[in-house]
Amino acid sequence: MSCSYETKNQYIKLNIMHEMGIALQIIDVAVRSIPKTNDQVQVEAVHLRIGKLSAVVPQSLTFCFDITKKDTPLANAKLQIEEIPITAKCRDCGHEMIITEAFFKCSQCQEGKLEILSGRELDIVSITLSDTER
Amino acid sequence: MEVKVLRKVLDVNDTIAEQNRHYFEKKGVFVLNVMSAPGAGKTTILEKTLTSLMPKIKCAVIVGDICTTNDADRLSKSGVPVIQINTDQFGGDCHLAAHVIQRAASEIQLDGIDLLIIENIGNLVCPAEFDIGEHKRVVVLSVTEGEDKPVKYPLMFRVCHTALINKIDLLPYLDADIQLLRNNIAQINPEINQIELSAKTGIGFKEWITWIEDQIKLYQKTRNCA
Repeated sequence: MSCSYETKNQYIKLNIMHEMGIALQIIDVAVRSIPKTNDQVQVEAVHLRIGKLSAVVPQSLTFCFDITKKDTPLANAKLQIEEIPITAKCRDCGHEMIITEAFFKCSQCQEGKLEILSGRELDIVSITLSDTER
Repeated sequence: MEVKVLRKVLDVNDTIAEQNRHYFEKKGVFVLNVMSAPGAGKTTILEKTLTSLMPKIKCAVIVGDICTTNDADRLSKSGVPVIQINTDQFGGDCHLAAHVIQRAASEIQLDGIDLLIIENIGNLVCPAEFDIGEHKRVVVLSVTEGEDKPVKYPLMFRVCHTALINKIDLLPYLDADIQLLRNNIAQINPEINQIELSAKTGIGFKEWITWIEDQIKLYQKTRNCA
């Protein structure tokens, strides 16, 4: 799939998966989170929380991130991904459970009215900046 | 030094999706997001759907594709306003994002329209992740795709309200086990509404059309109460 994005005045044309768009969003959010007083700073790491139920493959995201980070303050940054399990609460019996297989049924009462509590996360928790003081 | 960010990566998309929903509500338009793998039969289903709904229900369509206007050409024959999005021009993606819908919706006359159908890009993965401001989501799965697809693409079947099981006219020629397929869908989402149909023969369409009509009525009722 052909794709074009404008990033830092560069026009990149790439074959993409949707993780590419997500990688670009991560860079955008991270760059805007750098304190303005520190414009020389480099980002060393981006801490993400990615739910198991999100349609994001961590390896693909890392691959896309490594392509898109060039010529940005994140050029040397690594993605640190915390995978969040799918947890749910049964709306019938109130039982809370972790879902490890593609089977959305209450492990206690066997009913299927589950409220998903976690697993859809796609969050940037924090960024780590390089120490620029000499 | 660590800087707290605490933001959703898709924050921008979600905000625009919410703006879209607000805009659609202002116009009184009920919006369906129709998704599927390529070739499941979305466009043929929509052709028949538009013919069945019009003129009683005034429809408009936004069609997403990476390239070509083939689907828009087919759908505009029904006489409804159709906007084709080619994502190649919008940033070339494998799904429709909220800002793309915002732009397309501004180009379509929605006054007097009851139902806006958005035919998403053929893909069972990415579109499930992106809210575009719709009210209900529909996934189309054809019986030729294999019974295990709901289990392989759980998010899509988790987020949708109705699953259309298409091409059931082909069942006599296939080894497909439709009960297994239905069970797999129910295993991912026990609350999803499953409708078996054939866009070719029209079988099952009555149930599908009734579902849409009921959803529009419900939407208009809650909107009037608000």
